[in-house]
Amino acid sequence: MNVVLDNAGDIALAFIYTLSLFVVAGVLSLIFGALLAAARVGPVAVLRKAAAVYVMLIRNTPLLIVIIFFRFAGPKIGLTFGFVDIRVADIRLNNLYAACAVGLIVYTSSFVCEALRSGINAVPLGQAEAARAIGLPFGGVMSQVIMPQAMRHALPPLASVQIALLKNTTVCGALGVFEAFARMRGLTNDFASARTEIFLAFALIFVVLVEVLSFVAYRLERRWRIA
Amino acid sequence: MRTMKLRAAAATVLLTALSGTLAACGDAGSEGEGVDVQAEEVEDGKFEEGSRMAELAEAGSITIGVKYDQPGLGFKSATDDIPTGFDVEIAKLLVADLGIDPSDTSAVTYEETISDNREPYLEAGRVDLVLASYSITDDRRQVVGQTGPYFITGQQILVGADSDVESIDDLVGETVCSVSGSTSLQNVEDAGAVGAPADTYSQCAEDVLNGTVEAMTTDGSILLGLAAQNEGELKVVGPEFSEERIGVGYSQDYPEMCEWINGVLTEAYEDGSWAEAFEATLGGDDVETPEPPALDECPAA
Repeated sequence: MNVVLDNAGDIALAFIYTLSLFVVAGVLSLIFGALLAAARVGPVAVLRKAAAVYVMLIRNTPLLIVIIFFRFAGPKIGLTFGFVDIRVADIRLNNLYAACAVGLIVYTSSFVCEALRSGINAVPLGQAEAARAIGLPFGGVMSQVIMPQAMRHALPPLASVQIALLKNTTVCGALGVFEAFARMRGLTNDFASARTEIFLAFALIFVVLVEVLSFVAYRLERRWRIA
Repeated sequence: MRTMKLRAAAATVLLTALSGTLAACGDAGSEGEGVDVQAEEVEDGKFEEGSRMAELAEAGSITIGVKYDQPGLGFKSATDDIPTGFDVEIAKLLVADLGIDPSDTSAVTYEETISDNREPYLEAGRVDLVLASYSITDDRRQVVGQTGPYFITGQQILVGADSDVESIDDLVGETVCSVSGSTSLQNVEDAGAVGAPADTYSQCAEDVLNGTVEAMTTDGSILLGLAAQNEGELKVVGPEFSEERIGVGYSQDYPEMCEWINGVLTEAYEDGSWAEAFEATLGGDDVETPEPPALDECPAA
């Protein structure tokens, strides 16, 4: 266990990268996914089709391919994210980080969209009709009536999507972000004699993080439950 | 008419391939082809009864762990039967000493080992020896046997041809790519640069080429190979800022292998086959062949 404690600082920094990827990609994928879901159920046929194609295309593509696209194909067509360079203490969010984060957002959004759509489908049609009948425009119907009820139904699948996102951030460890997975590989290589401990420690930290996430989702579920 | 054309094309391809192989046969010392190492006769009593070397010589087969992705050290392209590189050349010398033909792929298996599985493979007996740009470290010696070094290299920097970076000090705060989990990446961080982990060295080179990262770093010998692949676009700069002692890995179950490996290496130093192996792989017209490094003592068994 000594190796893990001796390198606690490095490990903590790595998990800060992991968590920052998760927060950035989590929040933005929720926003973008909600817009996609609105487009999919909205009254504009072009948007409906476009959102459906997006989901079909991205959800059926492996995450690694999506991120590699932004990391290696992007620069070839001038998409380098060179404008991103944020420094906070030891944390450095650069172009590689941006490319990975965008890949995660693009990928996760399609799942968020489908989770929300399942929630929307669970809201009885009468709700939308009643909302329209009192004169609400589409935006009002969605934000005032449909989405609040849909969120309640969509919460469990959304939590699963976000948990998957937290673990998916490890893909970035092989593509330029020094997060937990990359740090673990560094440690297992340097300390061949303590591999089991290192693996266990990292697995344990991930279990704890996901457990926290599940707990938050569970609390929200209870709070939003219909009395 | 169309089939005729196709046939003609096929024949041309075949001929080109054939002449390629023939040329390779005639010119064994040329770059990338490796040295033709012949198996030695093993007389009775050369290896002590019951030793691992005697067992391997008796069985007539051996498995060697090498890298497949490091041009110049251990590299296997999709069409090669046997990987090429300096590590592989040294492996051939060891194999030949056991009386096994190094080019006979039914007797010698060159198994790919990546950085993470070299110790587990040795411990589990999946490979008999590891020659995979395997740096000797105290921590690794707790788990497996390591002897040598048969090569000493240091970390350098690879940048775009038009870059004005001269050493690692110019890269403080900049992004520098290397393979995730490698010691090189650790050294980059220690020097104050931002490490960008990648999966392979060629991936890093790609990033340097398209300007996504400022530079990449690892052992100078690997960088020279990458620079040669992208001539005119990439260049190797700077003094070596670390020392890697590349050695042979063996299982701790067979400590007797250490003396044998050192013996073969010493012989290769003296009869010039070490220098020959270097010139055939890492060496080039403008690279001077270094002095072979001094070997470590074997631990008392």
